[in-house]
Parts: sequence; C-alpha cells; structure tokens
Amino acid sequence: MSVETLFALTACALVGIGLYGLIAQPHPLRKLIAFNVMGSGVFVLFGALAKRGAAAGLAADPVPQALLITAIVVAFAATAVTVALMLRLIESADSASLAEPSAKD
Amino acid sequence: MITTIAVGVLVLLLLWLALWTVLARDAFLAVAGFVIYGLLLALVWVRLAGIDVALTEAAIGGGLTGALLLGAVGRLRRTEAETAAEDVGTATRALAAVLALGVTAALVLAVLMLPEPVPTLAPLVVPNMPATGVGNPITGVLLAFRALDTLLEAIVLVIALIGVWSFAGDRAWGGRPGPRYQAEPDGILAYLARVLPPLGIVIGIYLFWAGADHPGGKFQAATILAAMWMLVQMAGLDDAPRTDHRGLRAGIVVGPLAFIAVGALGLWKAGSFLGYPEGWAKPLILVIEIALLPTLVLVLALLMNGPPSRGGAR
Repeated sequence: MSVETLFALTACALVGIGLYGLIAQPHPLRKLIAFNVMGSGVFVLFGALAKRGAAAGLAADPVPQALLITAIVVAFAATAVTVALMLRLIESADSASLAEPSAKD
Repeated sequence: MITTIAVGVLVLLLLWLALWTVLARDAFLAVAGFVIYGLLLALVWVRLAGIDVALTEAAIGGGLTGALLLGAVGRLRRTEAETAAEDVGTATRALAAVLALGVTAALVLAVLMLPEPVPTLAPLVVPNMPATGVGNPITGVLLAFRALDTLLEAIVLVIALIGVWSFAGDRAWGGRPGPRYQAEPDGILAYLARVLPPLGIVIGIYLFWAGADHPGGKFQAATILAAMWMLVQMAGLDDAPRTDHRGLRAGIVVGPLAFIAVGALGLWKAGSFLGYPEGWAKPLILVIEIALLPTLVLVLALLMNGPPSRGGAR
C-alpha cells in the first residue's frame, strides 16, 4: 500500500474518532477539541489526495496544499471565536451546560 | 524498510493520540494530547510532501490552537465537574459510535474507489509559474492563481477578530484584552522574553522572505512573530494593546484593503479583478504580502488575547 493511501485511510478513522467525541462528550470545550480532531482528519485526507496528484515534476499537487494552509488558518480563527463564545456563555449563564434550561428545572 | 516502520509507528501514534484526546477523563489531558497530536500531524505533512503545510500545522494547528485551548482549560476548570454529571447515556454513545463507524466506512470506500488517472492541477501550475515571478508553487497558488481565496481568508480573519471582540462586556469595549500578566522580573520567563524575540523576529522575517522561492511564507512568519509578542506580554514586559487604538485598527485592516486595491488595479489594467498586468506580478505580490504581514501578526496575536476585558471606554 502506498504511503498516501495509508494516510488517507488513517484520516478516515480520525474523522470518525472526532465525530464520536463531538457527540459523546458533554462539555463544550471537549466538543471543540473533538471537532478540531475531525477537521484535521479532513485536512489529512485532502493532503493525501494532493500527494496522489504529484505530476509535472512536483512532489504533490500545489493547489490543494495551498488551500490546506488557508484551511488551517481559518480553523484556528474559528476555534478562537468559539473559545471566546464559550467563556462568555459561562460568564453570563454561570454554567457550561449545553442542555436546554427546561430539562434542568 | 525503516521508513515503512516509521510511517507505521506514526500512524499508530496518531490514532492513539486522537482517541486519547477525545476520550481523556480530564480536559487538560485532552488538550495536552491535542498539542502532541498537532506536532505529529506536522510529520504527516512532511511525508505527504507538504513542507509549507507542515510548517503551518506545527505553528498554528499545534502551537497557537494548543495555547488557546490551554488558556481556556484554565478558565473552564470549575465547570468540568458539572457537565461530567450530564452523561449523554449509553444509548447516545452507542448511536454516536455507529454513526462514527458509518462515516469512517463511507470515507474508506471513497478512498478505495478514487479515480485513475489521478486528477491534478500540477501540470497547469508548473508552466504558468514563470509569469508570477515567484519560485514556490504554493506561494504562486496562494497569491496568483487562487488569490481570491487568500483575500477572502484575510477578510475572514478580520471578521473573526471582530467576532471575538464583540463578546466583550459593554464597559470593557475598547479596553485591553486578557489579564495583565505579572512575572518574576529576574525569572527565566522574563529572561527568555528578552532573549528570544530578536531571534524570533529574524527567523520570522527570513521565513517571510524565503517563502517566495522556498517553503515558508507570510502565515508561518506571522505566527512566529505573533508568538514572540505573546511571550513578551506573558512575561509582563509589555501590556496587551488597547483595542480602540487607531494605529492598531489600521494595522488590522491594511492587509485586506491593500489586497482589494491591487485587485481593483487588476480590473483596470489587466481586465480582471486580481489580475496582474504583464511583468508586474512579482512586485504586486510583494506589495500584498508586505501589507498582509501586519494584519496576520496582529489578528493572530489578538485572537489569542481574546475579547477586551478591562479599562474600556475612556
């Protein structure tokens, strides 16, 4: 098996692991971390496809690689916004629970 | 043979760390796992021939995101026990596992059925590189062939920062973000914050300049420069800036504005938005990169700082 196929299959597992954590972990910070794992799986899959596209003397297709750099930076920005939102939620509601308020009363 | 074993170990470590990160009992352990996971991912990128992506992943994916999450863990500690009590239940867990396995299986099927011959844009990029005047194909894609994506990305970063600032309380608006850090003035942190920034600034500017022809570029450079600034702040040598400072706000928007101006010039001179007139590609790319650097450094550092929290509205 070629190295890019191996990494592509690993990426499929990473997406699954992240998705499980996103649903099964109750704390919003844990959901955010799991979502980042899931996102990194998508990135690795895309990167493996870029490696498959090696041609014309380049070791990999540069177009998906450039988009990956954009994606990693945007993922960081989205994570920063989510962290700020989460801290504000806890400050104003004094709870990190995402459950419906009625379910607790 | 040795590289095969190394790749096998890398894949197993990666999967184990991903499971650790998702399943760890404690949020701090999860974040620690995630940082190491980010660094291992950088090795994956090297194996996938993406040195530029590896640099970005190590700097932003592992470094900045990890530091951001660590800061959040510290402030969210006391809420952990409360949500730990709201277990989602065995049925939801089982359903989540089935769904995750289903998604993984579907992706595996897609990977095994990938088309041959492989679709690739590399043969279109290579012959057109001389027209851009830069030697690194990734820089060529980011700033010439897909410049619109990079422009939108810069705008997304500014919008994300506006989003983070919007979470400030009314009284903190325009003030300084985060706590005022105090550190032992003769301690190791203050020492490092004096010794490292000159080196970091040189390495950052080198990465920025080398990015035209070699792996590197403005994103990686901006991350290192932003990290140096954070180090100085955390050692208590400098305070976080006021978010209503006019110079700061100008620095944040200069990148996208210069980018749009060059794009408009293309509309006028080259007949399409973001088109470069014959022979002017390299200088215009340089203008965009130099204008984007302050935007990226400021936005990355201020996203780490978080919303303004003290000393608002003068």
